Amino acid sequence: MSFLSHIPRRTAGAIDVVVIGAGHAGLAISQLLGSRGVEHVVLERGEVANSWRKERWDSLKLLTPNWQTRLPGCAYDGDDPDGYMSVGELVQFLDDYAANTNAPIVTGCEVTSVRRVAERYRVITSQGTWNARAVVLATGACNRPSIPTAASGLPAELTQLTPFDYRSPENVPEGGVLIVGASATGLQFADELLKAGHDVTLAAGEHVRMPRRYRGKDIFYWMTRCGIHDQSYTEIEDIGRGRRLPSPQLVGSTDLPILDLNYLRDRGARIAGRFMRAWNGEIQFSGSLGNVCALADLKMQRLLKLIDETADRDGAPAAETFAPTCVDDEPLLSMNIEDVKSVIWATGFKPDYRWLDVDVFDRKGQLRHDGGVVDGEGLYVLGLPLMRRRKSSFIFGIEDDARDIADHLVGYLTNTLRRAS
Amino acid sequence: MTNQVTALPNGVNVEALLGAREALTEMPEAAKFVWRAVNEWKSGTHAESRIEGFFGLGEEQRHVREFRFDSDHPQIFAAEDNGPTPVEYVLVGLAGCLTAGIASVAANRGIELRSVTATLEADMDLYGILGIDSDVRNGFNGITVNYTIDADASEEDIAAVVAQSQKRSAVFDVITNPTNVTVRVNQ
Repeated sequence: MSFLSHIPRRTAGAIDVVVIGAGHAGLAISQLLGSRGVEHVVLERGEVANSWRKERWDSLKLLTPNWQTRLPGCAYDGDDPDGYMSVGELVQFLDDYAANTNAPIVTGCEVTSVRRVAERYRVITSQGTWNARAVVLATGACNRPSIPTAASGLPAELTQLTPFDYRSPENVPEGGVLIVGASATGLQFADELLKAGHDVTLAAGEHVRMPRRYRGKDIFYWMTRCGIHDQSYTEIEDIGRGRRLPSPQLVGSTDLPILDLNYLRDRGARIAGRFMRAWNGEIQFSGSLGNVCALADLKMQRLLKLIDETADRDGAPAAETFAPTCVDDEPLLSMNIEDVKSVIWATGFKPDYRWLDVDVFDRKGQLRHDGGVVDGEGLYVLGLPLMRRRKSSFIFGIEDDARDIADHLVGYLTNTLRRAS
Repeated sequence: MTNQVTALPNGVNVEALLGAREALTEMPEAAKFVWRAVNEWKSGTHAESRIEGFFGLGEEQRHVREFRFDSDHPQIFAAEDNGPTPVEYVLVGLAGCLTAGIASVAANRGIELRSVTATLEADMDLYGILGIDSDVRNGFNGITVNYTIDADASEEDIAAVVAQSQKRSAVFDVITNPTNVTVRVNQ
């Protein structure tokens, strides 16, 4: 019963559990494994919260209010509960958490291969090889920017940025900028580029529209209060679609009642349909803008109506109304490539499992898993969108998921040990 | 058999559709379809198209019978008006696709439709096809579809059905998004 003796083991060798990644998910499961006496190590390619340190833009703040930010055994206790953490503050929060939980982290440890060998996982890293009975993939859902294949039709001399390269309006060349994507990322970029005086065109496909605050509270307060955040992945009709949804059009700030296409349009942005292709010296957009806006409006109204049921009972202030998304009579279908000096791909992210040499992928290269229990014995994942609950992709959403996974993992270790003896 | 069919919501076999979706998820090859039409010139701007076979579910398929369609141009184009213009067939395709989608989505959502009618309008400037002004495109400047729907549902629910139908419509996609067209001449 070696896993009951909690000895953090930071040198390569045989171990019960290897957790890959020391972001919020890896730290959360480490705390829970530690409290269950499970022998484990957390392997981190860089430092704690590495992606937050190196792969985020300057103005980014968490989409969740501070009061909601929590990890197992640790809630936010600062003096700005209604504020939103900057990246620097989050890094500090995670650093403190790693120190306080005494997480057995090996930093600067790049995993190059994970392979099933003799009923164990052989984890080969830049600092040696671990042989683990179980592995938790906590590398997150945002390892690489996801860029549509049609991007390849753009001329090579055009500046192209992803959220990994974009830092602030200063590193965007003067002249027209095309932002592709109408998620939180795309809208935040558009907002700050407009403020910096850039000529902005935003290509919008399907998107999720919602106000920052509603009836006196943060929208996330209501989504939690109404049970939306806790909704299980097993209750969701089309889970594939749910997991592909772009992040809601929010920004970690209460300066605006709602950051949406109407607001950007009023400030001078051109709103076009989905980016389709570069062709014949032109960039072409889909003619479906009206419908994607109608869909987003309908879904927002449905969400607000659901909130109203609870808010009415709670005696919350009167409901605000939000004008339908305004779409030009003849939305832009194409623009000259010459009028664009740079393109920013705010088209989402994807995980990177190139080092995972285990047959656990579907035909689209996505991990086959059931609520984080990967379709490969003793293999688990954490921190993917809608992994076990609506809140899975948020910092505060990791705790319940990590607890479920930790329980499953302990059961697995116990059973395999029993089988072996 | 007739009774069974009329008992289906909106005449849509939702169970069969959902079953097909589930089955095809496991069989990506079976989901690859090829649609065909054969077209033959008659005289002037009159041509006849025939549709009978298509490929899908891994093999050749046939409609229950062959369908024939005349296309031509109206008399003000100095033609004989033996059939609708090809651009009007585009409207037929779009309306047919959206309405089929509305019936299916509504049935899936438990909404009973009493009547669905659509009027379509497409604006076109002949300066394009006549080559008078190179800044004017050949095709439509835009298409407007107006639905009147009588159904057992709220205004929002009906709007959501119509929006979802557009989202899943093949013809809406063909029209709103670029499609590669390859035209070859057999020697």
